[in-house]
Amino acid sequence: MANQTTAKTKVVEPAQPANTMSVIAPALGWLIPGAGHMIQKRWIRGALLFVSIGTLFILGLMMQGHIYKANGGDILDMLGFIGDLGAGGMYIVTLAMNWGQGAVAFAIADYGTKFMIVAGLLNFIAVADAYHIAIGKKQ
Amino acid sequence: MTIQLTHFSAAFVFSLFASIVFGITHRETTREMVRYGLYCFAMFLGGLLAAGWAMWLVRR
Repeated sequence: MANQTTAKTKVVEPAQPANTMSVIAPALGWLIPGAGHMIQKRWIRGALLFVSIGTLFILGLMMQGHIYKANGGDILDMLGFIGDLGAGGMYIVTLAMNWGQGAVAFAIADYGTKFMIVAGLLNFIAVADAYHIAIGKKQ
Repeated sequence: MTIQLTHFSAAFVFSLFASIVFGITHRETTREMVRYGLYCFAMFLGGLLAAGWAMWLVRR
C-alpha cells in the first residue's frame, strides 16, 4: 500500500528550441521599432511598425511632450518612465539630446507626453510579436 | 520645431497608428490584420465621437 503510487497524467508541452533569433529579434526590435520583424524578413510589417511607432513618438516630441527619466518618486512618474523606455533607441537619443524636458503648460503638450508613452508601450507589443515569430509561434 | 494639433486631429493620428500596430501584432494572416486594424480604427473614432457627443449633452 505504501508503494502505491497515484498515476498522474501530466501534459508536458514540448520546449521551444531556443535560438539566436529569439534573442536578437526582440533586442533589435526594442532598439529600433520594427527592426525585429525586418531581420526576420517581415519587411512590410516592420516598415509599418517603424513608421507608426516612430511617428507617434516624434509627434509627441514636436507637441512639446514631457519625457520621463528613471525615478523613484510618484507612481505615475515611474509608470511614465516604463512607457517611455519601451521606445528604445528613440528614448535614448531623446535623453542624450536633452529633448522633452519642458514643463507641460497646455493640453496639446500633455497629449504629446501620452503619445510618447503609448509609442513605447506599442513597441513593447511589437517586441513580443517579434519574439513569437522567432520561436515559431506566429507566422 | 513644434506642432499644434487640434484635439480631433491628435485623436485621429493616435487612432490610426495604434490601430496599425494592433492589427499587425494581434492577428496571424494579412487579411485578418487588415480587418482587425480597420475594426480598431473604427472603434477608436466611434468611441471618440460618442464621448464627444455625450459630453456635449452633459454640458447642456
